[in-house]
Amino acid sequence: MKESIEIENSMARKFEKVCQILEENKYDKNRLIPILQAVQDEERYLPEKILSFIAVSLKVPPALVYGVATFYSHFTLEPKGKYVIKICDGTACHVKSSIPIFEAIKTKLSLHGNNKTTEDLLFTLETVSCLGACGIAPVVVINEEVHSLMTPEKTISLIDDILIAEANYVLA
Amino acid sequence: MNDQIMYVNGREVKIENEENLLQLVRKANIEMPTFCYHSELSVYGACRLCIVDIEGRGICTSCTTKPENGMKIKTHTKQLRDIRKISIELLLANHDQSCQTCVKTASCKLQKLAGELGVDKVRFDKTESIKPLDLSSEALVRDPNKCILCGDCVRACYEIQDVGAIDFSNRGSSITVSPAFGKSLAEVECVDCGQCARVCPTGAITPKQHTEEVWNALADSKKIVIAQIAPAVRVAIGELFGIKPGSLMIGQIVTALKMMGFDKVFDTSFAADLTTIEETNEFINRLSKGEKLPLFTSCCPAWVKFAEQYHPELLNNLSTCKSPQQMFGAVVKEVLPEQTGIDKKDLVVVSIMPCTAKKVEANKSEFVKDGIKEVDFVITTQELASMIKESGINFEALSPESLDLPMGFKTGAGVIFGNSGGVSEAVLRYAYEKVNGTKLTKYDFSEVRGSESIRETSVKLNGTEVKLAIVSGLKNANELIRKINSGEAYYDIIEIMACPGGCIGGAGQPVTFDEGLKSERTKGLYDNDKMLQLHKSQENPYIQDLYKNLFSDPGSNHAHDLLHTSYQNRKRILHSELSIMSDNNAAEKIEVKVCIGTNCFIKKSQSLISQILKFVEEKELQHCIDVNATFCMEKCGEGPNVLVDGIHIKECTLNKTVEVINNRLSKLKTRQVEI
Repeated sequence: MKESIEIENSMARKFEKVCQILEENKYDKNRLIPILQAVQDEERYLPEKILSFIAVSLKVPPALVYGVATFYSHFTLEPKGKYVIKICDGTACHVKSSIPIFEAIKTKLSLHGNNKTTEDLLFTLETVSCLGACGIAPVVVINEEVHSLMTPEKTISLIDDILIAEANYVLA
Repeated sequence: MNDQIMYVNGREVKIENEENLLQLVRKANIEMPTFCYHSELSVYGACRLCIVDIEGRGICTSCTTKPENGMKIKTHTKQLRDIRKISIELLLANHDQSCQTCVKTASCKLQKLAGELGVDKVRFDKTESIKPLDLSSEALVRDPNKCILCGDCVRACYEIQDVGAIDFSNRGSSITVSPAFGKSLAEVECVDCGQCARVCPTGAITPKQHTEEVWNALADSKKIVIAQIAPAVRVAIGELFGIKPGSLMIGQIVTALKMMGFDKVFDTSFAADLTTIEETNEFINRLSKGEKLPLFTSCCPAWVKFAEQYHPELLNNLSTCKSPQQMFGAVVKEVLPEQTGIDKKDLVVVSIMPCTAKKVEANKSEFVKDGIKEVDFVITTQELASMIKESGINFEALSPESLDLPMGFKTGAGVIFGNSGGVSEAVLRYAYEKVNGTKLTKYDFSEVRGSESIRETSVKLNGTEVKLAIVSGLKNANELIRKINSGEAYYDIIEIMACPGGCIGGAGQPVTFDEGLKSERTKGLYDNDKMLQLHKSQENPYIQDLYKNLFSDPGSNHAHDLLHTSYQNRKRILHSELSIMSDNNAAEKIEVKVCIGTNCFIKKSQSLISQILKFVEEKELQHCIDVNATFCMEKCGEGPNVLVDGIHIKECTLNKTVEVINNRLSKLKTRQVEI
């Protein structure tokens, strides 16, 4: 019982938070991008209904908000995993074999087709065009942490570490 | 001051008031190809066809560059021609080239420019997979496989109509034009005006075709098929047969329809005369009572849908009169079966309209009684022309025939309905004589005519000054409504047409990229008014008969049944609800829905949600109450609106909500809670 109340409270807080973000940005439609950034920081993604709510509140068409949200790769309309793995596939990283790393992780996480996020919402795998760290290519970033001179083996062992840590956390 | 000049291909051209090089080049009689430049829309610079070579500056798009004194430009060098050809070739590579079966084939700008610019082969392979068509709307069909991403539709929807139902989504090679969240047109706030289709250079957005249904009705010997022709059709259809724009072709249309097998051909202008009588009386009535003013016209279904979605506060001000199309259908289906003994089920009414929104209007549930529609099928001017061609009729050579009586008889007032300002003028011609009791010496009110986006005039009715405003384009309508709401302006009667210029600029009209053509159509209708013997709706003898035999008086009960309608708030986006608090484990729950649509939002529904949440938390009722935020309950006049287990609470406060929640709780046999 107590647990479900906590979930409910967090939903209510989310809505409050969106209202607060809109308030802080003075309902200014020119501040749509900072608003979306703040909402995504809060929610980890941009749910369709919250986007509709933002559009109504800012008095702009929902199609415009949707356009902005789908234009920037920073924004996501689907929930992302707890660990976001970004593989750089800019020219330098690509030449230094970033794609085999990408393929190895995909297999490791059993991601099929265009799926980017694992079913347990633990991992999201994406590529980025350049991280500006070409000297240490190929580069893999997991959440905010940068890993240099990566190989498929090194990356898999990072993922194994996370899986062990997660298993321990659940047990504890 | 010396004249400012520049040089186009070495020839001197004077700079006058041109906003960009493209206009100046065209003034110099050089055609500049473009997909994305429309004088009525903002400059976008996306299609890169209008490039010019500016000495000392290089290649620039002419639509985005201002003319400067002494500037030297070249417009058709080999390099420029090659670049243009490659641009078209690349567009064609991913274009669904089903030209022979595309409805846009005769007016497709992509096809035309590919030919004119000498693109004779496409060297690139298709890289995109086939995307599904959006067939959800009765008015329009979207085919993303034919889209060239010029953005004309996006800008028309947002800049002319202030709707913004479609926009670009995604980025780079996966960019598409689509409604919000990839939904279909029918699920979003599209008002069906079709201005997107009017400006689309290809077949990516086109009016939905209903000719097949009409052919089937004509082929069915049991059916009596009758046609009504809207005013704007008669001055535009000629364009599709090489006849001078603005030429009056009503007689030839009648002949062609009869040859195709229509049993009777009537005129929507007759119903427009009827609308004038009903609407003027409604107006005079409101004026004398001083209520529900200003009166907004209701002839334009796109404007009606717009008002229902965005201006629920004005719905009481909308004239309750049906549009002429629906009045015609209602009257015909009442009168003809009685007079001729035809079964109502066998009577098929086909509307020929300049409009795509009329297709949706005819299908509105308000206009269907016992499964019988007032208007069965709506086809556009374009579709009529294609049916004429399909019948093998040599339209240009036809001798004119006259419309059938009685509903083919109209006055000039009914004809000018097709122009922006026409409804107002028709109403003035009647109201002036009815209220003042004197005959008008001159029937035209030239102040209401013209092409300015917002026009106004005033007229003395029985000593009172009555103010009118005329707008076309829904963005202009919004601007006017803002002024009225802020108190900057006051009017008694406001005519709104969604399409710029009125119905003559509708999306069902022949496709043209020449803005000047619209004024020819406008002139055609005013000329037709001059040619007719009668100019005032009240003088139409068959309208007088209709009142004598059927309605007795304007606004009578019977007139209300047949000729008037009502309006309701409409949601902009279907299926949108935000779950704020929910417990999936609970067995029995009370469902609280708070509206956060614009209107309720302004009335602080969002702080009401906070209060309700706080209340639920304080009283620890989370296990039995769900709180949802919903978008528009379509009851905006009564906001903020809350639904508790389906019980509607208007002008809701926390106390009112709690009262109903307590009520429900006691029914759920749980504890009673006090604030």
